[in-house]
Amino acid sequence: MSKKPLQFTLNGANKAVFVEDGQNLLDVLRREVGDFAPKYGCGQGTCGSCTVLIDGKPHLSCLTLAERSEGASIETASGLADGPDLHPLQDAFMEHFAAQCGYCTSGMLMAAKALLDHTPTPTREEVVEAIAGNVCRCTGYEPIINAILDAAARGRRFSA
Amino acid sequence: MLELRKDIFADERDDNLNEIGKPTQRQDMLGHVTGRTRYYDDHAFEGMLHLKVVRSPHHHARIRSIDTSAADRLPGVRRIIQAADIPVNLNTLLSLIEFGEDDEPTLAEDKVRYIGEPVVAVVADTEVIAMAAVAAVRVDYEVLPHVLDVEEALKPGAVSVNPVYTKNHFVFHDSYDRQKMRFGDVEAGFAQADHVLEARYQMSPIEHAPVEPMGCIAAPETNDRIVVHTSTQALFFSLGTAAKILDMPSNRLHFIGGTVGGGFGGKVDSLTEPLAILACKLTGKPVRYGFNRQEEMQAGPPRGAEVHYIKDGVMNDGRIVARQIRSYFDAGAYTRLSSYAIIKCTGHLPGPYTIPNVKTDVFCVYTNRTPATAMRGFGVTGVDFSLECHMDKMAQLVGMDAIEFRIFNAYRDGDMKAHRREAKNTALVECCQVAAQKAGWPIRDEFQQMSSLHGGGGERAAIPYTRMDQEGIIAGMSAAQAPPSTPIQAPATMAPAIAATVAAPPPAPVVPPVPTVAQPPVATQLPLAATAPQAPQSSQQPPVVAGAPAVPPLSPPAMGQQAAPPSIPTSPSPSMQPASPYTSPAPQTEGSEGSSRPSASPRPGTVRHGSRLAGTRRR
Amino acid sequence: MTVTVTTYETATEAAHAIAAGTSTHFLGGGTLIMRALNEGDPSVRSIVMTGDIAMKQIRPAGAGMEIGAAVTMADILGSHDLGFLHSAARAVGGPAIRNMATLGGNLFARSPYGDLATALLALDGVVVLASGGGMREMPLSEFLAGRDGVAKGVVVSVRVSRPATLEAFRFHKVSRVRPKRIAVLTLAAHLPMNSGRITGARIAYGAMAPTPIRVPAVEQALEGASLDEQGIARALAVACEGCAPANDAIASEWYRREVTPVHLKRLLLGQAA
Ligand SMILES: Cc1cc2nc3c(=O)[nH]c(=O)nc-3n(C[C@H](O)[C@H](O)[C@H](O)COP(=O)(O)OP(=O)(O)OC[C@H]3O[C@@H](n4cnc5c(N)ncnc54)[C@H](O)[C@@H]3O)c2cc1C
Ligand code: FES
Ligand code: FES
Repeated sequence: MSKKPLQFTLNGANKAVFVEDGQNLLDVLRREVGDFAPKYGCGQGTCGSCTVLIDGKPHLSCLTLAERSEGASIETASGLADGPDLHPLQDAFMEHFAAQCGYCTSGMLMAAKALLDHTPTPTREEVVEAIAGNVCRCTGYEPIINAILDAAARGRRFSA
Repeated sequence: MLELRKDIFADERDDNLNEIGKPTQRQDMLGHVTGRTRYYDDHAFEGMLHLKVVRSPHHHARIRSIDTSAADRLPGVRRIIQAADIPVNLNTLLSLIEFGEDDEPTLAEDKVRYIGEPVVAVVADTEVIAMAAVAAVRVDYEVLPHVLDVEEALKPGAVSVNPVYTKNHFVFHDSYDRQKMRFGDVEAGFAQADHVLEARYQMSPIEHAPVEPMGCIAAPETNDRIVVHTSTQALFFSLGTAAKILDMPSNRLHFIGGTVGGGFGGKVDSLTEPLAILACKLTGKPVRYGFNRQEEMQAGPPRGAEVHYIKDGVMNDGRIVARQIRSYFDAGAYTRLSSYAIIKCTGHLPGPYTIPNVKTDVFCVYTNRTPATAMRGFGVTGVDFSLECHMDKMAQLVGMDAIEFRIFNAYRDGDMKAHRREAKNTALVECCQVAAQKAGWPIRDEFQQMSSLHGGGGERAAIPYTRMDQEGIIAGMSAAQAPPSTPIQAPATMAPAIAATVAAPPPAPVVPPVPTVAQPPVATQLPLAATAPQAPQSSQQPPVVAGAPAVPPLSPPAMGQQAAPPSIPTSPSPSMQPASPYTSPAPQTEGSEGSSRPSASPRPGTVRHGSRLAGTRRR
Repeated sequence: MTVTVTTYETATEAAHAIAAGTSTHFLGGGTLIMRALNEGDPSVRSIVMTGDIAMKQIRPAGAGMEIGAAVTMADILGSHDLGFLHSAARAVGGPAIRNMATLGGNLFARSPYGDLATALLALDGVVVLASGGGMREMPLSEFLAGRDGVAKGVVVSVRVSRPATLEAFRFHKVSRVRPKRIAVLTLAAHLPMNSGRITGARIAYGAMAPTPIRVPAVEQALEGASLDEQGIARALAVACEGCAPANDAIASEWYRREVTPVHLKRLLLGQAA
């Protein structure tokens, strides 16, 4: 079985791994690197729980061929907090009860971060559009939308 | 927004509460927002193997042969598991509480009975190899005719689905083809009613679609134990099930779970743990068996399909005097928890309304569909949908406001329910009032002033004369003649609970508790006590139901026998609600039952139906 | 059993590899084909990629535009020159999908997908294809009609005409769920006007046949017509001619046929939401 070397940064830290032909980025992050924040929900692009940022833009890691991430800067929910200090989105998600089982949360947070990084004061419609590819079966979208709007309203700086 | 209505039932409640009414952070929230919550799949094990199963592509087929040789030869395939490798292949989930016969194989033996049924398991070094091995297994099927509809399945000559319940229905209490309940005399109620309305309702299967598909990882632990990280919603239930299927003491299994990526009832069936543990035992390696999305949707259990026929008799003034329900629950190919859903459904009938004559028959039916399981409002959601649709139609039929109609017929505290339990803490009246208020839906003052605390009990607490019938009794069926079953192999921890009840036929209806539900349902099957319908004295005895309040024998109430309805006071006293058109202006006295009273005046604008709607409405 | 992934310098080399291989597929953005890999689809044995810069370009070509096949929906949304395609590109998936999904892949997406392709059809799209035998061009409609046969190559780019005016090009996707919309049907219309009359109408539908299609019957009925209730009446009468809509989880064939004239009318009269 052929294995290819792959290097990228994950939440700012350099990573070097060997990946198999055809392996997706989600699998590599979880199994080879050990970052369990992005989740497998479908492997088809339909749930968004595997959402990560690649060079600042949201991507579905389950549909990303791992070897294409050579040299990329990858961000996951594991990197949102700065030590014990939570990202405003994390604070807002907690305060607004924007998670129940929490399985969609990592993906939701990254989709939201991608939005706020480029649109610090989004409209409600922009928030809805930003998480349009992310499914939550427990919480309902209202608390999530409210949390993202609230995080934006706090007017802090978001980029990590 | 959460709002506590402290004005309602104020004297029944202690308001010095520390938590209720105040927001409290979830304990697991910090883990969720930091991505650190560990679900079953978020555990790394060195050398972990992957298990995948070959699934049936057919609704129903005989397995002629299975050829695993090509899969066996693939590099990286560690083990192939077939039915014969499984110590106790046949199981039924509720066998842990002695309810029903073992009817479902962990891996198919001679037949497959639904699309997606597991046939062969392969264990390989990677998921990719496991998938390739699955594709390489050759199963030779003889496709058989199938049945996908509950009513078709009960017709004579229908394809027989389940290996144990060959007539396509579960057997309740060793004797019945249905779960039945009888209260009063519905035929008399229909005869007396101003209108009779019948309709058919149906619900398709519903997939829980949790964002996390189900799965588990089983890994060798110290001291010959196996640790199992699992997405199960019912940790000890899954542990007991795995111990039984694998014929091993449960204390050799260490289940870790409770962190579930959405379950909604769909993750109680313990579908992955037995195979993963067996594979772990056979290979000595950690083994992961996780459903992919396709499997979760196709082979993961849904809420099953349901069909409900409801026939109601209602008076012009809005009182429901008779309700008859005939329901079919689609269990899919195997029982799982459907038998219990039906007990729960029957415990819920006839809905939260005081109705003097009730007759219900609920069937648990096997079809060649994916086995069904629990889902939020288990056993109740479909029938509630149907009942409330029917309530709306009936309100329209008698020209009443839909909410007032419900308040009018709602249980009051102290009423007798059809399954012979006293209604307590009912509160439907108040719920309707608040809902109407919140929705800006005007209801008349007298309805706004009604209370679930008043007007119940008394006449409404009586258990009516109920004629025993023989419907649904399976001729010649007894516990001894019940379909053959594999003897129950009680895992060590289960032994005390099970041992006591194996031999003797159950003396009373079985009341199965299930891990997802805190309260066991009320037993509702009328016992087949020596009943002689012709002998009024004995048959008037309230049926023996555990916990039923002792009610002295009554003379048969007027409902079924006389033209005039019994007075069912809907308000505590006329003086409190003088304006109610539904309350007799004459003072209600003990002896007034059956006496004629002025018929209620119709609401302005009401359309009256002169004749009864005898026809059956079907869709 | 396991998959091999090979990267080539140019689209032509990749096309050669595809022509020579079996179960060999080109990887665009991967939003569709990666699922096949993830689920172990045995018909995908070999994956071919290229970083060919020609496939990434967006540039004027004559009166129209040439758009590389590797251009993503997000790239289109970021291009001022492609403003007329923004509504179509925005209609595809959610933000993450749009960052990944390419124009080339959209030409292969099965119904009810293919929203962008529907828009390109109404703009007289021409496909530039690298195949085993060299570069070829063919009308998009022809390409789509035979796409399972011509898939033995790599789409390098698509040329489209620029709409006469922004007003003249209209796109509407009908879906049940907002904002995560899978198409009940998708409509695109190019309606150049000459002194109040339509000349050279182009109408395309998505999800109304196994691939996005042009609707010649409607185009002919609109020729010379005015854009008002009377003028479009004949076109609405033949709205579903030549269509073979799918029965799928999104909508039944019956439903699609029923609502097509309604949405076509709104599109033509400028009433589409
Ligand atoms: C959650 C989700 C939502 C979606 N929503 C929409 C939607 O709203 N509208 C819509 O139209 N589509 C939608 N899609 C489908 C898909 O994302 C798009 O159609 C997309 O444009 C496909 O492009 P791709 O580059 O990702 O294709 P890929 O997956 O890379 O490829 C798809 C097919 O096209 C072939 N192919 C790709 N590029 C070329 C090329 N240049 N030359 C030759 N062959 C090529 C591949 O070999 C493969 O067979 C959705 C998909 C998902 C998973
Ligand atoms: S796992 Fe990637 S979108 Fe669902
Ligand atoms: S919190 Fe469970 S899926 Fe969103």
